[in-house]
Amino acid sequence: MAPPAQSQRSQSPSQPSGKSEVSDLKLQLRQLAGSRAPGVDDSKRELFKKVISYMTIGIDVSSLFGEMVMCSATSDIVLKKMCYLYVGNYAKVNPDLALLTINFLQRDCHDQDPMIRGLALRSLCSLRVANLVEYLVGPLGSGLKDSNSYVRMVAVIGVLKLYHISASTCVDADFPSTLKHLMLNDSDTQVVANCLSALQEIWSAEASTSEEASREREALISKLVIYYLLNRIKEFSEWAQCLVLELVTKYVPSESSEIFDIMNLLEDRLQHANGAVVLATVKVFLQLTLSMTDVHQQVYERIKAPLLTLVSSGSPEQSYAVLSHLHLLVMRAPYVFSSDYKHFYCQYNEPSYVKRLKLEMLTAVANESNTYEIVTELCEYAANVDIPIARESIRAVGKIALQQYDVNAIVDRLLQFLEMEKDYVTAEALVLVKDLLRKYPQWSHDCIAVVGNISSKNVQEPKAKAALIWMLGEYSQDMQDAPYILESLVENWDEEHSAEVRLHLLTAVMKCFFKRPPETQSALGAALAAGVADFHQDVHDRALFYYRILRYNVSVAERVVNPPKQAVSVFADTQSSEIKDRIFDEFNSLSVLYQKPSYMFTDKEHRGPLEFADEIGNLSIGEATDNVVSSQRVEENDKDLLLTTAEKEETRAGHSQQASFGIDDLLGLGMPAVPNVPSPPQLKLNTKAALDPSTFQQKWRQLPIALSQELLLSPQAVAALTAPQALLRHMQSHSIHCIASGGQSPNFKFFFFAQKYEESSNYLVECIINTSSGKAQVKIKAEDQSTSQAFSTLFESALSKFGTP
Amino acid sequence: MISQFFVLSQRGDNIVFHRGEVPKGSAEIFFRKVKFWKQDGQEEAPPIFNVDGVNYFHVKVVGLFFVATTRVNVSPSLVLELLQRVARVIKDYLGVLSEDSFRKNFVLVYELLDEVIDFGYVQTTSTEVLKSYVFNEPIVVDAARLQPLGPGAIFMQGNKRMPGTAITKSVVANEPGGRKREEIFVDIIEKISVTFSSSGYILTSEIDGTIQMKSYLTGNPEIRLALNEDLSIGRGGGSVYDYGSSYGAGAVILDDCNFHESVRLDSFDMDRTLALVPPDGEFPVMNYRMTQEFKPPFHINCLIEEAGHLKAEVVLKIRAEFPSNITANMVVIEMPLPKYTTRASFELEPGAVGQRTDFKEANKKLEWDLKKIVGGFEHTLRAKLTFSQESHGNITKEAGPVSMTFTIPMYNASRLQVKYLQIAKKSSSYNPYRWVRYVTQANSYVARI
Repeated sequence: MAPPAQSQRSQSPSQPSGKSEVSDLKLQLRQLAGSRAPGVDDSKRELFKKVISYMTIGIDVSSLFGEMVMCSATSDIVLKKMCYLYVGNYAKVNPDLALLTINFLQRDCHDQDPMIRGLALRSLCSLRVANLVEYLVGPLGSGLKDSNSYVRMVAVIGVLKLYHISASTCVDADFPSTLKHLMLNDSDTQVVANCLSALQEIWSAEASTSEEASREREALISKLVIYYLLNRIKEFSEWAQCLVLELVTKYVPSESSEIFDIMNLLEDRLQHANGAVVLATVKVFLQLTLSMTDVHQQVYERIKAPLLTLVSSGSPEQSYAVLSHLHLLVMRAPYVFSSDYKHFYCQYNEPSYVKRLKLEMLTAVANESNTYEIVTELCEYAANVDIPIARESIRAVGKIALQQYDVNAIVDRLLQFLEMEKDYVTAEALVLVKDLLRKYPQWSHDCIAVVGNISSKNVQEPKAKAALIWMLGEYSQDMQDAPYILESLVENWDEEHSAEVRLHLLTAVMKCFFKRPPETQSALGAALAAGVADFHQDVHDRALFYYRILRYNVSVAERVVNPPKQAVSVFADTQSSEIKDRIFDEFNSLSVLYQKPSYMFTDKEHRGPLEFADEIGNLSIGEATDNVVSSQRVEENDKDLLLTTAEKEETRAGHSQQASFGIDDLLGLGMPAVPNVPSPPQLKLNTKAALDPSTFQQKWRQLPIALSQELLLSPQAVAALTAPQALLRHMQSHSIHCIASGGQSPNFKFFFFAQKYEESSNYLVECIINTSSGKAQVKIKAEDQSTSQAFSTLFESALSKFGTP
Repeated sequence: MISQFFVLSQRGDNIVFHRGEVPKGSAEIFFRKVKFWKQDGQEEAPPIFNVDGVNYFHVKVVGLFFVATTRVNVSPSLVLELLQRVARVIKDYLGVLSEDSFRKNFVLVYELLDEVIDFGYVQTTSTEVLKSYVFNEPIVVDAARLQPLGPGAIFMQGNKRMPGTAITKSVVANEPGGRKREEIFVDIIEKISVTFSSSGYILTSEIDGTIQMKSYLTGNPEIRLALNEDLSIGRGGGSVYDYGSSYGAGAVILDDCNFHESVRLDSFDMDRTLALVPPDGEFPVMNYRMTQEFKPPFHINCLIEEAGHLKAEVVLKIRAEFPSNITANMVVIEMPLPKYTTRASFELEPGAVGQRTDFKEANKKLEWDLKKIVGGFEHTLRAKLTFSQESHGNITKEAGPVSMTFTIPMYNASRLQVKYLQIAKKSSSYNPYRWVRYVTQANSYVARI
């Protein structure tokens, strides 16, 4: 409720501002409470409606609680529903009043009418008052067993509500296992779907503290459950289908025939009119075929038409959501969409959020065969009345120019932009011409002729002005007037508000001076003087530096300020491929719309059910076959989780050492296995075990937790663990290899693996160490369950030796 | 996993508010964000954005914002689709979706929402299913006073054959006269997009169609819809824009289509028949997309020339390329003029009726409205422009493109047809009203100059 609107309302004569109306209502309600006169329910309905209407517009009607409850002793279901609505709204803030209602709600839970049973149960669970949970267990228990599916549906969600009020009450009553039973046996698919939603939430929350819950959570993506749900997929409502499909994306089939079975089964879901179902299906297809390159490509071809249909048949909002996903796919496989570029042409009446996406797609799909058409189209938008889109279109032309080899035609277009004499067009085009010249210096002649004709007075935007000044400095030998234009710019130094422009001006004047000293000398003097006096620190420093280096030696200054340049071949990509992969893994979620992985915009508990991000989602599922590279990438990914992007840049520097260390690691050269450690004889580990991250991730998902324990670290170990690398190296010497690590003191997280000697049976370990408490949480998964205890002993002994000389 | 649901009016008034794990101020945060998305006000807020960890989703339906919030990283298309569907369910119940009908029926809307979403999880959006859970009777607002809404509403204008009010009839409320009328509506609605180059040939064209159904039949009988027998789907190989390789005249070739879940396609491959038991309420039976070449209903001709110092002349010609028994309604033609235009004087053809011209000073746009255009006719508009400064040489780069909106009832560009509509109910006396209606609308109809 917007406060201004509210205050406006309370002044209006037709709306009550407060007390007198409420007490009036109270009186009327009281009169009706005991009445059995015919038609009394109708009058009650009117009064109830009034009460609820006040409630919605923010008037406090909680004082009517008692009267409302009294009036609800009726068989009229409309009245009951309104009363439930009222009670649900006020119970949380008035726990004492809530107690009043428990009685009548509990009674209604046994009503003959299943509708009333369901409604009462829902209201009972919605009271959200912690000290009333004891009253919920009984009705919920019978609700789950009710013969009517509506009541069961409500009861299942009720269990989830109870869990959120008091997790222990819910678990102690053994509700989760009841839900599991219902999920696998109930005849009503909405009951099944609700069980699935509730169990995902409950077990995900419990998994951090309970092994059993963590096992149960993984059992949800077992073959048994997945096949059971898939076989009934068409019975589910479209929304529940989305839920099931999302679960299926987590399933790892054991053989490729399964993959094709699942895809064949879901094929017709791609023709569903509901975009959410189609996207969920697309995700299943993409995830299942990730490791099958050819099939994966076929999937792109298959999903193209349905997605394009959704774009054009839905509301603009839905088009936007689908287009964002298409955009992601286009970025990954531009060639698949390159013949469909006309679908990404903008329509004049589309909202700008749709147009922007389309422009990005056009840039992405441009190749030798379609560039001419695309650029022609983009040039039309440049004259568009929608200025932000016009700007964006010009930038798109520039981006295409920078990614194409044949820029001939594009350069002409860009130069035409400069001649259009619209401020914003000129500004955008200048920036582009500058970038273009940095990549293709051979075009300087044509460009400079046009740029030279632009009056600097018509260029106001800092970015464009800086670009123009850069070109004046860089090509001053070709531009007749360069020294004089620069001079006039220096004269207006004080009016120039942008420090960026002033910095460029200093450098440009320097460059010009080296090429045409007599004409520039006075401008240079003025620029340096103005620069040294500048209040902006960077400008001041640069001017001073130029001044001193010129005094020291002019030819040295030239070598520093204007060295021969190499053409830029590739401009830096703004987003790393790790991040792009991560976004792809989170297909059909907000990550795709925001173009950010979820950890950048949500906190941990809201990543969604069954999200493995807190476990091994950190591992990239890249196709990298080179272990050295991938272990480094994993490392980096883990840091992504922990650091902000700015910090990340700094950590990059440290990678070279880690990488070289990684080589030693993986080839097993640097660190010989230490034979003198007395390891239990029954289990010998392979010193040269190898496992790539995606296999690790797959196995980690598939295997149940064999063992989970908490170990105490020695003070020496704590002292030695200043960086993850130390422990890594130590464990390596015990033939336990690290596949991913991360964290900063005091919290570190490691994923280890080991292989049985002369057998390819793997052990996987997650180890979280907190150095301030000196504790290590260890979870072990084993392919050969019978030896997991032996491995655990080995792991423990290896860990206990850490830090000892 | 939705935390909140609310409906806001354009002014930001809260109409319905549903549940709240997210702080109460979120409606206000949302409204401020949408209202002031970019300072210059030129850009619309995207349908989804994140403020302080809360994700806001919204769809705009007849000027109302349907908003949902969540902290969870959910499927965006699921939430947007849901919001759209909630709007549709509410419309099914109230007959008319408007601020007024909302305010009159908010208790009913609450009741509906309670059944649609429980603790953030979608339970059902089927009007059919909801009928058995929802008991409040809608208070029907007078449809005649309201702006027409939704794609079906286009039938309300100027075509007497159409029972216009039926579209705004609630699926649950009883008719004032007592018994409900047995009837079913099947609307084939096509939105066409065409871009003409400056030399008049077609650059791109597309038809986005939907077969919409609204059934008021009792007893849920099965319905069979037969489409053109020569209908084919998917263009084998090659670009979809490969106009040359047409499959022989007459065939209707769709690029792609999708279907409502109630539709069974058992005999679709054989005889192009869709079988379904229509649920209550309004729903799309089938959506389709077509880029096959078709004859655009209007030809646009535009000329802009300098005519002396600080003066120019615009000549706009519109020719209706459809048969004379068909009439287009609500035709609006717009053309951006050079920014330095200060005045425009218009000259319509002699004897022109039902036409209106305007020069929108604020955004320098020429507007030409025609109440109707009869097939085969041509209309011309001349405008004399006065400029405040010299043009920069190429005046055509400063003006245009010309865009056009229109509605043409009983016309469809794709030639997709419902050959027959069969209601499987064995009784000779049972003969419900069946309405099969066609309409074509402009989506993006643009001519460059």
